Amino acid sequence: MFSQAVFYFFAALAVTSAILMVTRRNIIHGAVFLITTLLATAGIFLQLDAEFLFVVQIILYVGGIMVLFVFVIMLVNLDVSMRLVQFNHQRFVAGALALVLGAQVFLALKVGPGVMPHPAQQIMSPKNTEAVGDALFTHYMLPFEIASILLLVAMIGAVVMAKRRV
Amino acid sequence: MISPEHYLMLSLALFTIGVIGVLTRRNVIIILMSIELILNAVNINLVAFSRLYGDVNGQVFAIFIITDAAAEAAVGLGIILAFFRNRETLLADEMDLLKW
Amino acid sequence: MMHLIPPAIVPYVLPVVYALVIVAVLPLMAGYIVLLERKVMADMQARLGPMRVGPHGLLQPIADAVKLLLKEDIVPREADRLMFYVAPLVSVTMALLAYAAMPFGPAFQIADLNVGLLFILAVSSLGIYGIVLGGWASNSHYSLLGALRSAAQLVSYETAAGLGLVSGLLLAGSLSMKDIVQAQADQGVWFILVAPIGFFVYLVGSIAETNRAPFDLPEAESELVAGYMTEYSGFRWSLYFLAEYANMIIVAGIATTLFLGGWLRPFPRIHEHLFGTSVELLDALPSLIFLAIGLYCFRLTPRQPVQIQKFVMAAAGGLCLLLAGAMAASLFAPPTVMQGVHGGFWFMVKVMAYLYAFLWIRFTFPRYRFDQLMRLGWRFLIPLALVNVIGVGTAIVLQQQWGWNPRVTELVTLAATIGVAIWLASEDEKPVAAVVAADGE
Repeated sequence: MFSQAVFYFFAALAVTSAILMVTRRNIIHGAVFLITTLLATAGIFLQLDAEFLFVVQIILYVGGIMVLFVFVIMLVNLDVSMRLVQFNHQRFVAGALALVLGAQVFLALKVGPGVMPHPAQQIMSPKNTEAVGDALFTHYMLPFEIASILLLVAMIGAVVMAKRRV
Repeated sequence: MISPEHYLMLSLALFTIGVIGVLTRRNVIIILMSIELILNAVNINLVAFSRLYGDVNGQVFAIFIITDAAAEAAVGLGIILAFFRNRETLLADEMDLLKW
Repeated sequence: MMHLIPPAIVPYVLPVVYALVIVAVLPLMAGYIVLLERKVMADMQARLGPMRVGPHGLLQPIADAVKLLLKEDIVPREADRLMFYVAPLVSVTMALLAYAAMPFGPAFQIADLNVGLLFILAVSSLGIYGIVLGGWASNSHYSLLGALRSAAQLVSYETAAGLGLVSGLLLAGSLSMKDIVQAQADQGVWFILVAPIGFFVYLVGSIAETNRAPFDLPEAESELVAGYMTEYSGFRWSLYFLAEYANMIIVAGIATTLFLGGWLRPFPRIHEHLFGTSVELLDALPSLIFLAIGLYCFRLTPRQPVQIQKFVMAAAGGLCLLLAGAMAASLFAPPTVMQGVHGGFWFMVKVMAYLYAFLWIRFTFPRYRFDQLMRLGWRFLIPLALVNVIGVGTAIVLQQQWGWNPRVTELVTLAATIGVAIWLASEDEKPVAAVVAADGE
């Protein structure tokens, strides 16, 4: 019962913060609400027994990517853009699309009980970090190395893009 | 008991809000943040299924997605900064240099 | 009394009690660490420090707290109100949240997470938002510049500190704080003796992470007024202050757990007994230390110039003797009580020693300029930390896979790492004029 309450709390927090994020006029407020959404997502990860992913989400996403976002927002002048119209002319199409998407998945989940096979709930290894590390360094070694090269390329690209004079 | 459908619904909700954000907002930085929200929704989905099948591969894939999101955010923000320095605008409608 | 509590809540009672104790004690402790800092600063500068408010200045923190609470709450007119209110709260919340995984003793830990160390690092890295949002919300040049500089410094040195911790983690084999101390007990040696460069990297990184001198350019008074704290006054400022000192205790706690043996006494595996009794020789150390301090207090009592200072000094001596007696009595208590009491004592001693190192370094070295600071972080500390990780890893592999002598591998890798450190430190900084000329072309 306690885990249900935790799930509903984090889910409600995530959805509310997400809605607030896409509707704010002030970009910094939007960034802060994205931070709360990401923290709520980290809580969901913890509830799913993914403790390594929980800390990785906080360190990388909230402590790294969002700090980058907040820095850039502070370097960019906000006053002019805050007084303009925030939503473009695609509002209604976007709303219709969202409804269609939502209805599709909702119906799929309600109508077809056999849509998702339900194997017996497997017990995950209690040593989550060891298991993830094991998989990363044995089976997924090649994607790991490619990801590090990708990060190197992205770092060089970001530095070149943001320099004043190349 | 929290069934996988609950996590799917949550992931769907976040995904939809992210898609609405990308399609509807004019400010480029909010568009980028909505993309991050979409990626997070996918992560929740992956980890929920990883828990369902007792397999750690879903979590490894989620880690790779977070890594890619970091790279993409860095480069995207660099591009936004460079564009802002030249054109003084942050609105996606006004970034139409290549239109005739 | 435990049978009165419904069984569903029993696992949560003790952690909640510990959490309440920590939240209640911490502000008081932070205040007294400030007093300690001022006294130590005075001692190093050949003067006396606060002596006026209460005997030997012992009521100074209380006077400061009352003053801050009664001060007028000024909010700048153009400030972003939501962020202005939220920013100090974020700093304090993240600083206090990290105490959830901190082991103060074998039984005094709120939550023994499997990823405890990473959790504390993650939560500490969230404290950046308190600084950045506070600087932004103040709507002032000094605040914003100070906040951006402070955040850049924090992010740089957080990487270096984390890599320094990795070398200790390689030796411990687990991320859970309790397991790390247990590994030091099993191996019989504090990890600082096995990976001293890792400790050094973490020491420097943690000084920069908590914005202490010599890395305190963002808050130095002659540079940016007070950086991100410029527009905050009264109770909001005291929240930032509390966050800073709570952070200091957290990093001291991490260093203690990982490198200094946590709650273990020195030489945890030497079990020599005292004159054939069941008491171990080294377990009598706490009471001997308190006895020595108490006798020293009594020796200082006649020399005090004022009557009330004599009284307080004698009372302090009496308190120390009482604690010595309590420590000695706990030796004959059941083992869990004895371990709890002695564990808490040794943990506190080591944290205080680490904090004293912080204060000592603050009053010894001049401040780094911001570009020197960033250069130190990215071009010296991170490469050194990486080489250290490789060195410790190599040493472990050589010991375990190939069976080399542990002392030899440690000394060899230590020598190699120090060689790399000397090479990194000997890179000359280009003079500023040459850099500007090169940029202008």
